[in-house]
Amino acid sequence: MKAFVCVKQVPDTSGKVAVNDNGTLDRASMATITNPDDLAAVEAALKLKDECGCEVIVVSMGPPPAESMLRECLAMGADSAVLISGREFGGSDTFATSQIIAGGLSNLGIGEEDVIFCGRQAIDGDTAQVGPQIAEKLNLPQVTYAAEIHKQGKTLKVRRLLEDGYMTIEVQTPCLITCVKELNQPRYMTVSGILHCYEKPYQVLDYDALKDEPLIDPSTIGLKGSPTNIFRSFTPPQKGAGRMLTGSGEQMVSELVTNLAKKHII
Amino acid sequence: MILSKEHELMRKNFRNFAETEFTKEIQDELDETGEFNWEIWNKMAKYGFAGTKIPVEYGGQGGDTLSYVLMNEEFARVCPVLAIYANTPNSLGGGPLLACGTEEQLQKYLTPAAQGKKHIVFALTEPGAGSDPGSMTTKAVQDGEYFVLNGRKCFISGAPFADYAIVYARTDLQSKGPKGISMFIVDMKLPGVSCGKPEHKMGINGYPTSDIILEDVRVHQSDLLGPLHKGYAVAMKTLDGGRIGVAAQSLGCAQGALEESIAYAKERKQFGKPISYNQGISFMLADMATEIEAARTLLYTTAQAKDAGDPNASMLCSMAKYYCSEMANRVCAKAVQIHGGYGYIKEYKVERFYRDARIMTLYEGTSQVQQIVISRSLLK
Repeated sequence: MKAFVCVKQVPDTSGKVAVNDNGTLDRASMATITNPDDLAAVEAALKLKDECGCEVIVVSMGPPPAESMLRECLAMGADSAVLISGREFGGSDTFATSQIIAGGLSNLGIGEEDVIFCGRQAIDGDTAQVGPQIAEKLNLPQVTYAAEIHKQGKTLKVRRLLEDGYMTIEVQTPCLITCVKELNQPRYMTVSGILHCYEKPYQVLDYDALKDEPLIDPSTIGLKGSPTNIFRSFTPPQKGAGRMLTGSGEQMVSELVTNLAKKHII
Repeated sequence: MILSKEHELMRKNFRNFAETEFTKEIQDELDETGEFNWEIWNKMAKYGFAGTKIPVEYGGQGGDTLSYVLMNEEFARVCPVLAIYANTPNSLGGGPLLACGTEEQLQKYLTPAAQGKKHIVFALTEPGAGSDPGSMTTKAVQDGEYFVLNGRKCFISGAPFADYAIVYARTDLQSKGPKGISMFIVDMKLPGVSCGKPEHKMGINGYPTSDIILEDVRVHQSDLLGPLHKGYAVAMKTLDGGRIGVAAQSLGCAQGALEESIAYAKERKQFGKPISYNQGISFMLADMATEIEAARTLLYTTAQAKDAGDPNASMLCSMAKYYCSEMANRVCAKAVQIHGGYGYIKEYKVERFYRDARIMTLYEGTSQVQQIVISRSLLK
C-alpha cells in the first residue's frame, strides 16, 4: 500500500508580500514554507504509515528549489519524493496543475489500496481546487476537508469539517482525501531524519518523462493550457490582528493593563 | 561559517521546535516553581533530542558535534534552561559511558538515556572540591564484589529526579590529587543514596540542582565505569564535550538577548523618536552582534575540530566556553541596559536571560579554569 501526498511550496505570507508589475506574486524575493494544510496531509500519511506500515511518497509540482521542502518531508519520515518540474509546466493554473499532477501520479502507478492525500488549499492561491480536480481526472472518489481519518482494510472512514458541523463518510480505496490544518499537529523532523533525508530516493519527472501520459497534452498544461487569467493582484491594506482575552474579569483587566503598559500606551 | 544543507535544516527544525513548544507560560512556570517540566521533556525525547549526539546503536540519533551545538544554541535562544534538558544526556550524562562503558553498560544505561526514558547525571563536584576536583573526599572501598561509597556531592544538576548518577570517588586511598579516582554508575534508588534540598538559584530555574549524599552505598563491581583508579582523565575528557555545550547555550542566550534588544530599541520612543536612532544604543547593538558572530565562528570551528580529532580540540573547547560565556554576560548586560528600567522587570525576557547567563562562566569549569587549560596547552 502507498500513500501519496501532494505538497506545495508557498510564499511565507507572514513575512513580506511582494508583487510583480504584471500582478503576479514575486516568489523569488519571498521566503517559502510548506503549505500548512499540506503539512497536515503529510502527517496524516505518516500516521497511516505508523499504523499499517505503508510507503509514503511526497509529490510536488514546482521549480527545482522545491526540493528543499520535499527533503523536509523526507526528514519527517516520508520514504521517497518526486518533483514534477519542467519549463513546459510553468504558468499553470489549477486546471493545468491538476492535469499535470494527475498525469504524474498515474505515471507513478496508483494501486488498489493506495490513498492520495492533499492539503485543502494553498495559502497563496486559496482556491482549494487542485485536490478535487486531481481526483476527477484520475476517476477516483474524493473526500474533502478531512478532520479525522480511520482506515479499516480497504475502507477509510473520514470525518469532514464543514462550516456548520461534521459529516462522516466511508470511502473505498484508491481515493483522494484533502486535509485541513485541524486534522493533526504535524510532527517535527528528527535529527537522524535530517541526517539521512538527502540519501532517500528523490526523483524528478520532467515533461519528457510524462509526455506519453494521456493526461499530459500541450494544450492542457502550462500557461497555454490554463483557462484562468489573472486580472490584477495586490496587497490589501494591513489591519492589525485583534486579540481576545479570556478568563475572569480581573485576569482580563490585569492582562490588558500589562500589555498596554508594555506598549507604553499607559 | 556556511553550514551544510543538513545543518541548515537542523537549525530550522530546532528553532521551530523551540519557538513553538517553549511557550511563555512554560518558561514562567519553570522560573517560578524551579521544577522539572516532564511534558516538554517527553516531547524532546519523542523527537530524539536527548540522543542527538549519541550513536544510533545506543538509541541515539547519530548526529555530529555541530548538530548538538545547533540544538543547544537554538533552544537557549528561546529558553536557556530548556537547552540543559536536551544537553545533559548528550554530554555529561552520556559522555563518561561513551568514553569507557562496556557494551553491557552502554546498552543498560546509555540507550534508555538517549531515548529519554532514564536520566543520568554527572556527580563530580563536592563542597570542598570544585575547580580542584582532585581534592575530592568521597571514598569507595572494595568489599568482595561490591564497592562501598561514602561522601557528599554538591551542585549536581538534575539530581532530584535522576535515575542514575556517574559518581567519582577515591578508590586508592593512598593517592592524592587526580590519581586513584574511579567512576561508578550509581542507581539513585540504592539504599544509602539521598538528595539534599533543591538549591534556590539565581537563574536556570526549572532544572533542579541538589546535593547527592552517599552513606554506605553498596555498588556492584559491574557498575565500576572504566579502569579502576583512572576515572579522573575521563572526567576531564567528558568536560570538553560539556564545555562545548555550555558555549552553545551561551551563544543562544546572547542571540536571544540581542533580538529582544533590537525589537525593543525600534519600538521604544524617547525624546520623540525610537531609541535606536541614538548611537549610544545602536552602537551597543553593533557591538553585541559583532561579538556574537565572532563567538559563533569560534564555536562552530571548535565543533568541527573536535569531530575531526584535531589535537588542539580540548584547548579550543575551553576557548569556546570561555569566550562564549563571557560574551553572553557582556551581551546580556547591554541588553538590560538598552531596555532601561524595563530590563529589570520580570515581564521582559532580557531580565531572565541576564540571570541565566550568569551561570555560564561558572559551571563546567569557571572562566579562570578555562584560562588554566588554555595557557597550559600553550606552554606545554
